[in-house]
Amino acid sequence: MTHAEVSHFAQTWGLVFLVVMFATGVIYALWPSNKHKFDAAARLPLEDDAANKEK
Amino acid sequence: MTQIPTQTSSNGRSAMAEIAAIAALAAGAVLSLFLSLNAADPVMAFHAVLFVAAGALGVIGVGYMWRQRASGRSSTEGYNDGVVKYGVIASLFWGIAGFAVGLYIALQLAYPLLNLDLPWTTFGRLRPLHTSAVIFAFGGNVLIATSFYVVQRTCKARLAGEIAPWFVFWGYNLFIVIAATGYLLGVTQSKEYAEPEWYADLWLTIVWVVYLLVFLGTLWKRKEPHIYVANWFYLAFIVTIAMLHIVNNLTLPVSLAGTKSYSLFAGVQSALTQWWYGHNAVGFFLTAGFLAIMYYFVPKRAERPVYSYRLSIIHFWSLIFLYIWAGPHHLHYTALPDWAQTLGMTFSVMLWMPSWGGMINGLMTLSGAWDKLRTDAVLRMLVVSVAFYGMSTFEGPMMSIKAVNALSHYTDWTIGHVHSGALGWVAFVSFGAIYCLVPWLWKKEGLYSDKLVSWHFWLSTLGIVLYITAMWVSGILQGLMWRDYDGLGFLEYSFVETVEAMHPFYLIRALGGALFLIGALIMAYNVWRTISGASAAKAAAPALAE
Repeated sequence: MTHAEVSHFAQTWGLVFLVVMFATGVIYALWPSNKHKFDAAARLPLEDDAANKEK
Repeated sequence: MTQIPTQTSSNGRSAMAEIAAIAALAAGAVLSLFLSLNAADPVMAFHAVLFVAAGALGVIGVGYMWRQRASGRSSTEGYNDGVVKYGVIASLFWGIAGFAVGLYIALQLAYPLLNLDLPWTTFGRLRPLHTSAVIFAFGGNVLIATSFYVVQRTCKARLAGEIAPWFVFWGYNLFIVIAATGYLLGVTQSKEYAEPEWYADLWLTIVWVVYLLVFLGTLWKRKEPHIYVANWFYLAFIVTIAMLHIVNNLTLPVSLAGTKSYSLFAGVQSALTQWWYGHNAVGFFLTAGFLAIMYYFVPKRAERPVYSYRLSIIHFWSLIFLYIWAGPHHLHYTALPDWAQTLGMTFSVMLWMPSWGGMINGLMTLSGAWDKLRTDAVLRMLVVSVAFYGMSTFEGPMMSIKAVNALSHYTDWTIGHVHSGALGWVAFVSFGAIYCLVPWLWKKEGLYSDKLVSWHFWLSTLGIVLYITAMWVSGILQGLMWRDYDGLGFLEYSFVETVEAMHPFYLIRALGGALFLIGALIMAYNVWRTISGASAAKAAAPALAE
C-alpha cells in the first residue's frame, strides 16, 4: 500500500463515509417523529433526583 | 419518577474485586520498589518511590473499603457521590495552585529577577507546571467529578464499579503529581501540553482506560432509554483524549529504568502530530468536556429545558467532525505543506458555525428565566462563561486565517486568546458547576454566602478583562514592531526593544491574574464555610441574603 493509494482512498471513500455519517446524524436530529423524544430529553436535567431531595 | 436503582452485586463478587485490586496494587508497588532500586537516574528513582507509596496507600484504601462493606457501614445503593466530593475539593486545590503559579510566571516576565537563578524556578520549568496545573489538574478534576455526577443523574443509575471510580480519581491525581514534580526536576519530552515523559504517559493511559470503562459501564446500566446529550460530549472527550494521548506520545524510552525517551516521529511529521494533539486537546478536553457541563448545569440552574435539543445534536456532530482537522493552523508559514495549512485554516473557519450554534443554544436556554441573572450570581457566572465561549470561538477562527496569523503568531495575542477561553469559558463554567454541586453534594440549603459569589464573579471578570485587553494591545504592538522595516529594508526594532515595550502590559496582565486568583480564594473560603455547615442562618432569613 503506497502513500498515493492511501491518500486516494481517503479522498474518495473516506470523504463519502464521513459525509454520509454526518448527514445521518443531521437527518436523525431533524426527523419529525423524533420530536417528542427530544422534547422529553431536553427536560432530563430538570427531573428531580431523589438523592438530592432527601434532606 | 424512576426509582434509583440498587446494585445487585453480591458480597462475594465485591470481595473478589477487592482481592484482585489489592493483588494488582501490591504487585505494582513491588515492581516500583524494584524499579526505584535499579533506576537509571535520580528522578526515576524518586518517581518509583512515589509509585510505591501510592500502591501501599491503595492497598490500605481497598482494605478500608473491605472493612466498611463487611461491617455493613458502606452502601452500594443510590448514587455514588463520595468520589465526586473528592473531585470537587481536588479541583479547587489544583485551581488555586495553578492560578498562583500563573501569577508568579506573569511576574517573572515583568521582573526576570524572580527566576531566582535556580534551575527549578526558571520560567521554562514553571510554565508547563502552570499550564498542566490549570488544564489537566484543575480542568481534568472538574471533568472527572462532573462527568461522574451527571452520568449518574441522566442515566438514573449508580456509577459502574465500586473501586474503579476511586482508582480513576486517585490514579489521575497521581499522574498530576508525577508530571508536576517531573517538570520542576527537569524531566520533559518538550511537547507543549504533552510534556510528561513515557512512564507517566503509560500510567495515564491505564487510568484513562478505566475511566472510559466506568463511564461506558454506567451508560450500559442506564434506566433512562435516551442517552442525554451531555453524556455524548463527555464520551467524545474521553474517547478522543485517549486516541490523541496515545498517538502523540508514541516514544521509545532510552532505558526502561530511565526517564528519557525519543519520539517515534521527527521533523514536520512530529510537529503535525503534536498540533493535531494540541489543538484537539483544546477541542475535546477544553471544549467538548466543558460543553457537557454547560448542557447539564445551565438548564438545571435556570430550571428551563435545553432551548433546542435538535440543535444540541447537530452542535455535537458538527463540532466532532470539524475540530479534528483544525490542528495545522498552529503551523502556518512553516515546513508543513501549504495545502495542509489551508485545510487547517478552512476547518477552523467552519468551526464558527457549531461553536456559535452551541453558544446560542446555551444562552437561549435562559429564555423565560432571564430575570434570574439579576438575583443568581451562580447562573450569571455560567451565562458569562457561555458568552466567553462565543467570544473566544470567534477570535480563534479569525486568528487561524493566514493573513491574521502572520501578525498574531508567536505574539502575546495568542496568550490573550488562550486565556479568554481558559479563564472566561473553562474556569467560569467550572466555577458555576462547583457552586451548584457543593450544596447538592453536601446536602445544604444553599451556599454560605451568595454575596461572596458576586464578589468572586466581579473580581474575576475584571481580572479577565484586564488580562485579555493587555494581551491584545501588547500582542498587536509586538507583531507590528517585529515586521517593521526602515527605508533600506532593515528591521526597525531590535528584539530587546520589543521586549521593553511589553513591560507595562505585563504589569497589567499580572494585576488581572492577581484579581482572578483572589476571586478563586474567595470561592475556596465560601465552599469551605458551606461544607462546614454554616448555611443554616442564611436559610432561616432568605430575605436578608443579598
